[in-house]
Amino acid sequence: MSQHGGNDAQGYWRATLGLLTKILIVWFVCSFGAGILFADALNTIKLGGYPLGFWFAHQGSMYIFIALIFYYAKKMGDIDREFDVHED
Amino acid sequence: MDLQTTIYLVVGASFALYIGIAIWARAGSTSEFYVAGGGVPPVMNGMATAADWMSAASFISMAGLIANMGYGGGLFLMGWTGGYVLLAMLLAPYLRKFGKFTVPQFIGDRFYSKTASTVAVLCLLTASITYIIGQMTGVGVAFSRFLGVSSETGIYVGMGIVFMYAVFGGMKGITYTQVAQYIVLIFAYTIPAIFISMNLTGNPIPQLGLGSGFTGTDMALLTKLDQVVTELGFGKYTTTTAGSTLNMFVYTMSLMIGTAGLPHVIMRFFTVPRVKDARSSAGWALIFIAILYTTAPAVAAMAKLNLHGTVNTAVKAGGDLYAVEASIKAEERPDWMKRWEKTGLLKFEDKNGDGRIQYYNDKTKNADAKAKADAAGWKGNELTVNADIIVLANPEIALLPNWVIALVAAGGLAAALSTAAGLLMAISAAVSHDLIKGVFVPNISEKGELLAGKIAMAVAIVISGWLGLNPPGFAAGTVALAFGIAASSLFPAIMMGIFSKKMNKEGAIAGMLAGLFITLFYVFAHKGIFFIKGTDFLPLIGGANSFFGITPEAFGAVGALFNFIVAFAVDKVTKEPPEHIQHMVEAVRIPRGSKAVDGAH
Repeated sequence: MSQHGGNDAQGYWRATLGLLTKILIVWFVCSFGAGILFADALNTIKLGGYPLGFWFAHQGSMYIFIALIFYYAKKMGDIDREFDVHED
Repeated sequence: MDLQTTIYLVVGASFALYIGIAIWARAGSTSEFYVAGGGVPPVMNGMATAADWMSAASFISMAGLIANMGYGGGLFLMGWTGGYVLLAMLLAPYLRKFGKFTVPQFIGDRFYSKTASTVAVLCLLTASITYIIGQMTGVGVAFSRFLGVSSETGIYVGMGIVFMYAVFGGMKGITYTQVAQYIVLIFAYTIPAIFISMNLTGNPIPQLGLGSGFTGTDMALLTKLDQVVTELGFGKYTTTTAGSTLNMFVYTMSLMIGTAGLPHVIMRFFTVPRVKDARSSAGWALIFIAILYTTAPAVAAMAKLNLHGTVNTAVKAGGDLYAVEASIKAEERPDWMKRWEKTGLLKFEDKNGDGRIQYYNDKTKNADAKAKADAAGWKGNELTVNADIIVLANPEIALLPNWVIALVAAGGLAAALSTAAGLLMAISAAVSHDLIKGVFVPNISEKGELLAGKIAMAVAIVISGWLGLNPPGFAAGTVALAFGIAASSLFPAIMMGIFSKKMNKEGAIAGMLAGLFITLFYVFAHKGIFFIKGTDFLPLIGGANSFFGITPEAFGAVGALFNFIVAFAVDKVTKEPPEHIQHMVEAVRIPRGSKAVDGAH
């Protein structure tokens, strides 16, 4: 059960924002980073017939987005329970 | 059975299925449309969301644009999926906890002001109507081919059917209809892709086929495509960006935050039973969306290669693309080209009078390609293909069986109709519930509210159909403008409403108006005031794309930034929101104590 006495709204919000920041960094790096800003550099690497930068823009970032949402949903559930604010 | 009959049969059967399900779902459930998600398993809810979300722009237009743009087209793929990450984390769970079912209601309550909710309705209407213009363009394309008429006539027919569909479907629990529409459209999209991938690469999974070798050669498919298009003077497929890297960056950002700010998408997450479900249902929706979105780049590249291969035999056989006998004779062109010529969306003109079709980039900056074309006696590109027809024509280009072609027609119509209906619902709710009942005539009867909603729908269809006759761009480009408008106006206001306890009504209203105004100003400068042809005012802003080379479709992210800056500046010099509002924000942040959604003010 909770080690925060169940009424630590600030701590809960801090933990939430921490998780959001981590996920947004991955979100940004795989789409805007690998898919756009560094696409040219990554294109020198091949993934099968795909240049890697092109692959991130046309395939890879989408798979990562799906994984991120489910990771978020699971981790938020953990945080909810840790701070005892989950729904019944 | 001939093609036209098969199309009528398949499309007719799919319509019968939707109507049948709508009647069955209505008989079996007494719950209202707004809580339809409550009793629906999360997986099915995800499918319905995906159908609601994936429109004519995704189904009909996107792969064609990617085929034209190459690598740069990836901005649609990343932009229209990446927004779900933002939606799931930044908005959906908190709006679900808030427990009202329209976006203007949230903005009105959070910013304790009817003015704020009226401004939100204005933003919502501008974005949604622009979005429907894009749908109408797509519907016009689908119907013109399906009925063998011009695309104008196609739009008129489409307007009629969308209206009947929205009025009829909007009254019932349409979730199950949308599940059926998702199934039709996803099969319609993936089956031809599987056939074509198998043909070109021997790999039945399009996502893998795109990265495989081109059958009959030792080259990767993408390498082959790169080679063919550069030789014909087009940009290299796997590296051509959309404008500049900066433009591609802000364009992708606009689509992402626009996705998170579009009211008809957000509404979907109000109907799940718990806050917990709001988080994961975005993930389920994205899985179903990604099945189409990861197939689209394969459709795009393969259709492009097939199209070049159709008019130039040297593409598949190898050898000189500029040889005389490589270009096919016009009179031997395949039937599908003749069928699409009738719609006016595919045109062939024999400029050098040699009776053959030369398809290349006559405005190329590639000196090598230009010299070769001149040497071969080519007098300009002779084939123009509207990007919006690529997906619908794709199975015909690949010479697939008739039932596959018919299935694609049904899929395109399912995509356009389900989204148009969803948008019209959002418009009618905003006008009748938030504007008329919420602000102007609080004691309006339920019947009056319903009538106002239907009139709003009809007006929206007429306006958008009329503007759809002279669309500001391809379906996907027009829809992108709608995302820019939502991104610059609604997303920042909702986000600040949740993440900033101190944001007050003055800041939010000023921010929304500033973001909406600057984005519309930039868009209208390029596309005409309210998209009316001839009213554009480019000289005033110093020429096309004058703001750091950013195109109007990509401007939403800049508008959103402007919105945030104006909001925080105004917030600093005006007084804090009242105590009870700050407590309300704290309560919204915590999942416990969520209640079922209700619509009351």
